Amino acid sequence: MHACVCDYITDLVQNSIEAQASHIQLDVYTGPEVIRIRISDNGKGMSNSTLSKAVDPFYSEAGKHDHRRVGLGLPLLYQTAEAVNGTVDIQSTPGKGTVIGFTFDATHVDTPPLGDLALTVIGLMTFSEQFNLELNRETQRDSYQISRAELVETLGNLEETTNLILAKDFLKDQEQHLKQ
Amino acid sequence: MAKLTLDDLRKLRDTKQQAMKMRNPEDKQAQIIVGMGTCGIAAGAKETFNAIIEELNDQNITNVLVRQTGCMGLCHSEPTVEVVAENMPSVIYGNVDADLGRQIITKHIINKKMIDNHICDKPAMDIIQ
Repeated sequence: MHACVCDYITDLVQNSIEAQASHIQLDVYTGPEVIRIRISDNGKGMSNSTLSKAVDPFYSEAGKHDHRRVGLGLPLLYQTAEAVNGTVDIQSTPGKGTVIGFTFDATHVDTPPLGDLALTVIGLMTFSEQFNLELNRETQRDSYQISRAELVETLGNLEETTNLILAKDFLKDQEQHLKQ
Repeated sequence: MAKLTLDDLRKLRDTKQQAMKMRNPEDKQAQIIVGMGTCGIAAGAKETFNAIIEELNDQNITNVLVRQTGCMGLCHSEPTVEVVAENMPSVIYGNVDADLGRQIITKHIINKKMIDNHICDKPAMDIIQ
């Protein structure tokens, strides 16, 4: 089990980046009953047979780890969802993209905490691949939306540490206001 | 305090950028790449990444580029951090926790000294494309 929900988000978005997605939509909802995450990308997608193999911890896509037979991202997610009354739903079409949605029961004692979403999101924005990442963050009370393109447009290059820290502070501020 | 808007953020950036330009007009002299595959994540690479960008910011270093990447094939030594700095051999450091992440900035980037006992040499051969 990863330490926090954000770690699953990083893992899955990294899969989207590796699948050459140019657009990634990330929906993060946290409520008193449920944590609901949805990641939808326009990457290369998976066939049904690849998808059924991807949930096997001893499968990894050929080319990435030619001599290795291990790929723990999705198996870890399934394992955690099973442990905390959650669900995982994956829809994928080769050539079109993948949508992964998962829920964790927020009241379950073993449900991991959300983690640092601001840090997670700015981290995802430092991958060198070209893609737009759009975050839609919601709680029962409020919501905010922000994208990589908007941050780049506002701050300039996100590879400048100064800009990265500003982006992190900005996202932390948005998160803070969700809690108030 | 009112919620920050993108306009507020733009103003903050302008203030910072003016200070930055006076301080350091040079180009990027180093790249730091943090492995963020399943293995890196599980080993706490997010904390390492945070320590690195915070330390760069604290030390006012603006000519270092920080990136994340997927698995570098050294899953047994995560978190792994690749450092490519001018006039220094490129290295991948293994088992880099937040503290070592900060040391990379002070020792490797500023003092140009490599950090012993954490050097993993090159990425695993089956990962190089």
